[in-house]
Amino acid sequence: MNVLQQIEKKYLRQDIPEFRAGDTVRVHVQIREGEKTRIQPFEGICLRRHNAGAQSTFTVRKRGAGGIGVERIFPTHSPLIKEIEVVRTGRVRQARIYYMRQRSGKAARIRERGQFR
Amino acid sequence: MQGVLGEKVGMTAIFEEGGRQIPVTVVRTLGNRVVGKRTQEKDGYTALIVGFGERRVKRLTKPELGFFEKQGLVEERQDGTRIVKRHIREFRISAEELAAYEVGQSFDGATLFKSGERVDVTGTSKGRGFTGVMKRHNFSGGKATHGVHEYFRHGGSLGACTYPARVFKNKKMPGQHGNKRVTQQGLTIIDVLEDGLLLVKGNVPGPNGGLLQIRRPVKQRR
Repeated sequence: MNVLQQIEKKYLRQDIPEFRAGDTVRVHVQIREGEKTRIQPFEGICLRRHNAGAQSTFTVRKRGAGGIGVERIFPTHSPLIKEIEVVRTGRVRQARIYYMRQRSGKAARIRERGQFR
Repeated sequence: MQGVLGEKVGMTAIFEEGGRQIPVTVVRTLGNRVVGKRTQEKDGYTALIVGFGERRVKRLTKPELGFFEKQGLVEERQDGTRIVKRHIREFRISAEELAAYEVGQSFDGATLFKSGERVDVTGTSKGRGFTGVMKRHNFSGGKATHGVHEYFRHGGSLGACTYPARVFKNKKMPGQHGNKRVTQQGLTIIDVLEDGLLLVKGNVPGPNGGLLQIRRPVKQRR
């Protein structure tokens, strides 16, 4: 293990569930409003995971108010993430499912993983 | 003012208590050693000569070896290889400070710096070779369309005409970019770890494995 990995080690979280692109996840993020902090959930489809030690991130896309697509990039190991729930697993063929940005409605469906059609 | 030599290990990011992610550069400073002194009487100025890194004795020329042997600075690695310090640099310090150091004394960044302190970091920037003005000076180049041909990455005009009838000095033109001594001032030390590892906020000049000089800041923050 090299020096960088050793330094990163203590910042890595072990409590992150397994999920991948195509899965629907609900991320509970701690946010600050003035002096108060509260937990806000953000639920959507994971478009990609970027694995890079302590700098790992994942992107979640959801349909926000008024049908506007909203994407958020979370640092996977951030202490501000209180919980990640895997709501639904999805079977996709790409590791980066950016094509979902172009899809809406029926075309934006993703098949559940581990199920036969 | 005094400093240490170090090696850029690489960059990563750490999380603060507040949850903020901060980019840090890891610098290894273990194994700094005083290899000599410059004194007022002999050299006309005072400075500490510091060595860092490893170099096999086998690789030295005789005059080089003589410098180390005279001071008894030849070390032995665990596997029995005889080594000396690879990099030698001077740090200008006052005569009083100089008296506190002995030739042969070892130190590292942890003995000199605490977390939260500011430092200046000097290194040699990554060499980019002979580059054009767009990469080197951030010129915007020419137009890609509107009938432009063979004039896409040029710098444009070099100046006026009859007066001054010459190109001004320091005109930004293509040339060697990088591989130059660069000092990044006022960087914050985020943490000091064991083995003389410093975590410096932000980036420092040079490639991973490059030699760095970490010094007390020239400018004070108000």
